[in-house]
Amino acid sequence: MANILENLRYSKDHEWVAVDGEKATIGITDYAQHSLGDVVYVELPKVGDKLAAHDAFGSVESVKAVSEIFTPISGEVLEVNESLNDAPEVVNNDSYGDAWMIKIKMDNTLEADALLSSAEYEEYLSNNE
Amino acid sequence: MEDLKKTPLNRVHRELGGRMVDFGGWDMPVQYSGVIAEHLRTREHSGLFDVSHMGEFWVEGEDAIEFVNRLTTNDVAKLVDGQAQYSALTRENGTVVDDLLVYRFDQGKLLLVVNASTTEKDWDWITSHLKDENITLTNVSADYCQIAVQGKDALEIVRKLTETNLDEIKYYHFTVGKVDGVDAIISRTGYTGEDGFEVYANKDYAEQLWNKFLEVGKFGDENGILPCGLAARNTLRLESAMSLYGHEISDEITPLEANLGWICKLNKGEFSGREALQKQKESGLKRKLVGFEMKDRGIARDDFDVYINDKKVGFVTSGSPAPFLKKNIGLAFVPNEFANIGQEIKIDVRGKHLAAEIVPTPFYKREK
Repeated sequence: MANILENLRYSKDHEWVAVDGEKATIGITDYAQHSLGDVVYVELPKVGDKLAAHDAFGSVESVKAVSEIFTPISGEVLEVNESLNDAPEVVNNDSYGDAWMIKIKMDNTLEADALLSSAEYEEYLSNNE
Repeated sequence: MEDLKKTPLNRVHRELGGRMVDFGGWDMPVQYSGVIAEHLRTREHSGLFDVSHMGEFWVEGEDAIEFVNRLTTNDVAKLVDGQAQYSALTRENGTVVDDLLVYRFDQGKLLLVVNASTTEKDWDWITSHLKDENITLTNVSADYCQIAVQGKDALEIVRKLTETNLDEIKYYHFTVGKVDGVDAIISRTGYTGEDGFEVYANKDYAEQLWNKFLEVGKFGDENGILPCGLAARNTLRLESAMSLYGHEISDEITPLEANLGWICKLNKGEFSGREALQKQKESGLKRKLVGFEMKDRGIARDDFDVYINDKKVGFVTSGSPAPFLKKNIGLAFVPNEFANIGQEIKIDVRGKHLAAEIVPTPFYKREK
């Protein structure tokens, strides 16, 4: 069973969002990293890029496949996790921690409220298995 | 999922936590512990592969060699008893119906081992080409299991289970013997670029043999054997630049284009596709299969386009990260004039043209 953290919000594309005021940190879930398998490459946007909700902002590649990552919320990229360039395997080992991908300044904090809670995400996963 | 075909090891794969996928109509494990771990363990120690989905046909009778020689590119007449040969079934136009192994048991008995997803197509192709030759063809694909033990430690692992003198079996040779008391064909072949064996036996003994290989291979120990899925099988063969049917060779590609001139014996006598291949050889190839290594960060995948001087000139047949070499590599078709070591090419990776360079193949070669 995939690990799900209680204090995060989730998208149906298997991204997680941690909200801190107007700032949101985004990464991919444990379920997503597990489905992908060994991650070997992460491509991320640039600081200053403006993202609209549901835009693909980058991609995660495993040995076998490539998967786009979508931002569930709109905003401007404040930080990207450069360390994933050299250590993409962290996505497999610590998807909710050191493998955060981007931090954005949200255009509209209501978008984050509309995302799935941990309980809803858990239910979503169990219905999809 | 109900329609998928299953090998006799299906239950075992599930018990081992294999992630099952639909592979050409077969329910097969794509990985167990992880493709990188499986790949590296096979390179450094040993890996265990279920390849029971592959097809096996017996060709028996006094015209067996003549018949198979008429349908395949390599020269079956050159085989001695106990020897195996890599070859291709080709159409009249020279393109490939399938690649296969031809095993010679004796002058009147050959075993053909073909790809899983093409087994029916191959069987139809072969049987429809039977003329008045005195042979019997038997499709035993469903009766056999095939288990591959690959890697440096494979020899010692198989040795623990057989009295057959394995040192006498040279690469691309085989013998009939007992493995863990089970009648088996023990073949020193593989698809990983490593030394190793492919063991064929009655499917009823598949679980026994599989579990025994895991046991004597010390599965669970730090350097013990690891069950490997199709993903590792693919990256291992790609590092060794071995062809995969439907990628480097296909209904639209000839063996000459895919660097398989060494299995095309154009002077052996008539065979299906000989004339077309001879003509292609004389007029010169228009395109050639090359190996490349990504220079820019990014991964080339199957079917991505290849550009030179902003012009689309070819396509990637297989592209992947190479877990042992720790590079992103691939095979691609490019026009003959650009098929030179050191030539820079661009790969269209989702709209971005990333730099790559043509390099010698195989990418990986084991030390002997």
